[in-house]
Amino acid sequence: MKTTADNIIEWGDKAFRLKDEVVSLISFLGDVTAAMWEGICHPKRLRWKDFLFYMNTCGPDGVPITIMISALMGVVLAYQAEVQSHKYGADNFLPMVIGCTILRELGPLMVAIVATGRSGSAFAAEIGTMKISEELDALRTMGIRPARFLVVPKMWAMLVMLPLLTIIGDFVGCAGGYMVMRSELGMPLDVFLQLTRQGVAVKYFIEGVLKSVVFAYIITMTGCWRGFRTGNDAIAVGRSTTSAVVISILFIVLADALLAKLFTVFYGWQG
Amino acid sequence: MTDNITAPANTTPSIEVRDLSIGYGSRVVLENLNFRIEPGQIVTILGGSGCGKSTLLKHIIGLYKPLRGDILINGRSIVTANEQEKRSIMSEFGVAYQGGALFRSLNLAENIALPMEELTNWKRDEIRKRASEKLALVHLDGFEQYMPSDLSGGMIKRAAFARALALDPKLLFFDEPSAGLDPLTSDMLDNVILEIREKTHATIMMVTHELPSIFRVSDRVIMLSAEKKGIVDDGSPAYLRDHSTDEYVRTFLSRGGTYKSNSTEPDHA
Repeated sequence: MKTTADNIIEWGDKAFRLKDEVVSLISFLGDVTAAMWEGICHPKRLRWKDFLFYMNTCGPDGVPITIMISALMGVVLAYQAEVQSHKYGADNFLPMVIGCTILRELGPLMVAIVATGRSGSAFAAEIGTMKISEELDALRTMGIRPARFLVVPKMWAMLVMLPLLTIIGDFVGCAGGYMVMRSELGMPLDVFLQLTRQGVAVKYFIEGVLKSVVFAYIITMTGCWRGFRTGNDAIAVGRSTTSAVVISILFIVLADALLAKLFTVFYGWQG
Repeated sequence: MTDNITAPANTTPSIEVRDLSIGYGSRVVLENLNFRIEPGQIVTILGGSGCGKSTLLKHIIGLYKPLRGDILINGRSIVTANEQEKRSIMSEFGVAYQGGALFRSLNLAENIALPMEELTNWKRDEIRKRASEKLALVHLDGFEQYMPSDLSGGMIKRAAFARALALDPKLLFFDEPSAGLDPLTSDMLDNVILEIREKTHATIMMVTHELPSIFRVSDRVIMLSAEKKGIVDDGSPAYLRDHSTDEYVRTFLSRGGTYKSNSTEPDHA
C-alpha cells in the first residue's frame, strides 16, 4: 500500500517530468522558429521537394474527409438551430447563425481537428520512426539540423494548406446548412444567400482563416515535437502519435478560446 | 593495462578521450576513460553486451553529453563546443549506424548526396558524380536509383558506409557494421572496410563484437568491462588474446578460436 511519502515522491517525479516536457517544448519552439526564419532569409535552402510532397499529403489528400465532415457538421448545426429558432419564429436568423458559427468557429476548428488526426499524427509517427531507426542521429552527426530538414517543409505546407482546407470547409459547411434550410423550411437559395450576407461580415471569414493559420502552426509543432520526444521502441511511436493528437486538440481548443476572446475585444460587443 | 601500441610522436590524435565518465542520469556506465586514437588506425571498441560500447560511441560522436571529462576530435573538444562549432566538428567525420539509418524517402544516390547538398557549395552534377563514386567504392555502382527498402541488409550497410564517406572525412565511425549478417556478407564488409582505409587513409573506430571481423580488420582493440566500468585492456587483438594480463580479455578473444590478425607485426609492439 502506498504511503503519503510514496505519493509525494510520485507527484514530485510527475512534476519534474512535466517540467522537462515544458522545457523541451520551449526549446523546440525556439529551434523551429529559428529554422523557419532561416528559411525565409534563404528560400533556396528550403527542401522544395519535401514541401510539395507535404502540400499534397496535407492538402488534396485531405479534401474528401474535410468535405464530408464539414457538410455533415453544417447539416447537424442547421437542424439543431432550426429546432430551437422555430419555437420563437426566428427562422430568418438561421442563415446568419449558421454562417457566423461555421465561418468563425466550427469551420476552422473541425478542419483543424481532422488535420490533427491525419497530418499531426502522421508527422509524429514519421519522426518517431526515424528516431528509432537512428535517422535523426544520422542527421545530427552530418551537421544537419533536424528541425530545418524535417519540420520546416511540413510547417510551410500546413501553413499554406490548412487555410485552404478551412475555406473549403467553410463553404461546404454553409452548403450543408442550406440543404437543411431548403428541405425543412423550403428556403430558396437567393433568400438564404441574402440573409447570410446581411448577418455575416467578411471579417468573420478572415477571422476563421487567421485562426486556421494558428492551428496549422500548433498541429505541425505538436506533431513534430512529440515525434522528436519518442522513446526507443515501437510502442513509444504509438504513444507519441496518440499524445500528438491529444495535445494538439487541447492546444487548438485553448488557442481557439483565446482567439475568440481576442477577436471579440477587437470587434467590440456589437460584432 | 597492456599498452602495446606505439603512438607516433607530435601528431594530433584523431580522437582523444580524457578522464571521461558517461552514463544516463545518475547511473554511471563507464568512468575515468583515457585513450588516444592516432590517425590511420582501425580501432575496435569491444566488450560484453551492455558494457556501454554503443553509449561510448554516441558520446564520442557528440550525441550525448558526458557526465565528466572531455572528448577531442582532431584536437577540438566536442563536449564544450557550442552548437555551431559542434556541427563543424561533426562535418569532419562520417558515421555508419547499426541499421544503416538511410532515409527511406530518398533513393541511394539522394541519400549519399544529402550531406554534400546540405553542407557544401558543390554543383549538382559534381554531387551526382561524387555520389556514384562513393557507391562504387562500396561496390554498389548501378544501384543509384534503388530505394533503401529494395536492398538487403549487407547492401544497406555498404550504402551507409558510402554515405559516411560522402564528404571525404578522415575519421569514420562504424556501429556494429557486421551485426546480423551472414558470415560471407560479413567477410565482404570487412574487405570493404580495409579497402576504405587503403583508399582514404581514414581513421576508423568500430563498435562490434564480431571476433572474426575484429581479427581481420582491427589494428587495435579497446576492451571495456561492465563490471569494472572502464577499460580493462588495450592493444592489438592477437597480442591481447595471447598475452593480456586480464583473464577476461584472453577468454573473450579466444572464444571464437584462433583468428589470423590483420596486423603484420607479431604483437604490435
